[in-house]
Amino acid sequence: MTSPLQLCVRRTPASPAPAVATRVRVRMPSDIACIEQTVSLVTRHCLAGTAATDRLRFRLQVAVAEALANAVMQGNQEMPGKSVLVEAELFLDRICVQVTDEGIGFDPTRVPEPDRPEQLTDTCGRGLFLIRKLVDEVHFNEQGNSICMTLRRR
Amino acid sequence: MAFHQTKDAGGVVVVRVEGQLIVGNRQELKDLIGAALDHGERKFLIDFARTGYIDSSGLGALVSLSKRVRELGGELRLSGLNEDLRSLFELTKLDTLFAIADTPEQALANF
Repeated sequence: MTSPLQLCVRRTPASPAPAVATRVRVRMPSDIACIEQTVSLVTRHCLAGTAATDRLRFRLQVAVAEALANAVMQGNQEMPGKSVLVEAELFLDRICVQVTDEGIGFDPTRVPEPDRPEQLTDTCGRGLFLIRKLVDEVHFNEQGNSICMTLRRR
Repeated sequence: MAFHQTKDAGGVVVVRVEGQLIVGNRQELKDLIGAALDHGERKFLIDFARTGYIDSSGLGALVSLSKRVRELGGELRLSGLNEDLRSLFELTKLDTLFAIADTPEQALANF
């Protein structure tokens, strides 16, 4: 079966900054069934050739899975004609992963933190919270349809 | 990723999560335990010893299942969480919602 994912890995320097060694780019259809494969692909290429800890691998997997789920379900509303773009820049000391959907965007400052006791039994609303807890830096673009997550290699 | 269901001698339905528990397969787990509930089962153990990672949808599915099992007078326990998986429950405070054992044997011992 042909994979619906489009992968591009550039291992030559991707910018004038000498610390940037690799750029990974994956385009994924708006299908939650593709999330696991995309996470696996992105993680493999982000950690290739490095002595990554299990903890870094886990943080990267969960953060990318969350961002993809948000992009597919909230951003693109699972519309078949839309896709999600994952772009990773790999530095010696950190990994930067950007996930962009084709939705109208949202205001991340208006997403409530699910940390009140009465929210304990809520069945949703923990995705962005987990991302913020698992990665070192989170930024959104102005439109709110692109999240950039930075994880330090340590 | 797959779910393997067995039943121990004490009548506890044991579900082993192999691979991930994420948005793409959470409904499968809910359907599996829902069917067991419909057949009268009330004691459940979900074991994560062979699980890679869980996303927030997977956590949400566990919360949903826990609520449904409790409403029917049953109990849902978890086991086999490694340090990384356990951290997800601690970050979200869900470690206070579930009975979590280190191993399935410990979870089943006093079920």
